[in-house]
Amino acid sequence: MNKMVTLILLCIGILFNLFGCIGLIRLPDVYNRLQAATKCVTLGTCSILIGVLFHFGFNDAGVKAIVAIPILFFASTVAAHALIRGAYHFGIKLGEKSVRDDYKDAVK
Amino acid sequence: MTEYLNILLYIQIALSGICLYRIIRGPTIPDRMVGIDIFGILVVGICAIISIETERSFILDIGIAWIILSFIGTLTLAKYLSGKKLNE
Repeated sequence: MNKMVTLILLCIGILFNLFGCIGLIRLPDVYNRLQAATKCVTLGTCSILIGVLFHFGFNDAGVKAIVAIPILFFASTVAAHALIRGAYHFGIKLGEKSVRDDYKDAVK
Repeated sequence: MTEYLNILLYIQIALSGICLYRIIRGPTIPDRMVGIDIFGILVVGICAIISIETERSFILDIGIAWIILSFIGTLTLAKYLSGKKLNE
């Protein structure tokens, strides 16, 4: 039972990671790439860690997996925010198909 | 169980190879940084799958340390991108 749940959670997580990496390759500019890849890969890795928790139960390894999930959430989202803000100040233009730039008015 | 885990592990390693493509090929500097950030998160998944496969728990410690180091590194690179010193 637990093995099946573990395998299903791992498959869901790796599917999310796959979609994130496809977005990382295919999308046109750095902002789109970051928003696709960060969301999908963070949630997919959290699903993999929940699978680790189901496999080990509540012993040392499972507690390590529980501790890793909030660290991953906060660290990756804050890092993505800082990175994209730095990229905007660095002067990267939006892609050709982008229609609207609200942050330009806020920066002035 | 083990053969399925091997297949999933190979898929995850191939995904981090895709991130290496973005790091090498990326047209601008922030593209490469995005690739490094995503690569760090994918390595945590690799560590988790290896810890299931070998039934050892210390490999998850490597994953947690990797998250924190990648976080600090990405923040430093973001500061560099926005043109500030590190103590501002």
